Amino acid sequence: MTPLAGFLLVAALLFSIGLAGALTRRNAILVLIGIELMLNAANLNLIAFWRYGPHPELLTGMMFAIVSIAVAAAEAAVGLGLVISIHRHAHTTDLDQMNRMKG
Amino acid sequence: MSFVFYLLAALTVAGGLAAVLLKNTVHCALALTVAFAGLAFLYLNLDAQFAGFAQILVYIGAVAILVVFAILLTKGSETPKDGVFSKTWLAGLVVAAGVFAVLGWAVLQTAPMLPKATPAPAVTVGQIGNALVDRYVLPLEIVAVLLTVALIGAVIVAMHDKERTR
Repeated sequence: MTPLAGFLLVAALLFSIGLAGALTRRNAILVLIGIELMLNAANLNLIAFWRYGPHPELLTGMMFAIVSIAVAAAEAAVGLGLVISIHRHAHTTDLDQMNRMKG
Repeated sequence: MSFVFYLLAALTVAGGLAAVLLKNTVHCALALTVAFAGLAFLYLNLDAQFAGFAQILVYIGAVAILVVFAILLTKGSETPKDGVFSKTWLAGLVVAAGVFAVLGWAVLQTAPMLPKATPAPAVTVGQIGNALVDRYVLPLEIVAVLLTVALIGAVIVAMHDKERTR
């Protein structure tokens, strides 16, 4: 097995773990944690392809990953702000109880 | 495939699994930090020093702290009495297993065609900085605008609305 295949398999496993967490947990914060894990798995793929790709000196994959890290940080801030806002309104972070669109 | 890679991969996957499976939400956040650290070391193992240290600064330094703040502000550390997994957990597990099966199959099918080990690219942080203000200046500006918008948006969303609550 080539090194790149190993990194891709780890990223696939991490993505699936994050997806399972986002789909099965009740707590909204844990769903956000799952989404963060999925984003990180994608970043690992980008960096691995940058490292073993034909032109690493162009820095394309590296830039993609760095921008992705910044976007993920913004996503985490807005997502957790939403969770805090919903908790203040509905006094719960249980997604199974958030089944009304009308507040 | 070196021993270090297997060690870091096991650390990352174990951290991710614990972050998803543990009952106490604070423990989940700490396990998530372990997974982020494992990923940062994997980036260093891939000779991407800048990305590795950015991962440590942004994820362990900011996102993990933000998650802990959110957990403490929403009393999320109390384990609910009717379980931590949703009613439709089986369907979610099946979907995730299916996704992993497809991804793993695709990787193993293409593994013989993937490039072999190459010498480490000599990329310095100075080169990354030059590329950021030269070739990639537009993404940099867009990220700057996005971060400003997200910062203001997060504060407005989470801001206490005094008039409505009274």
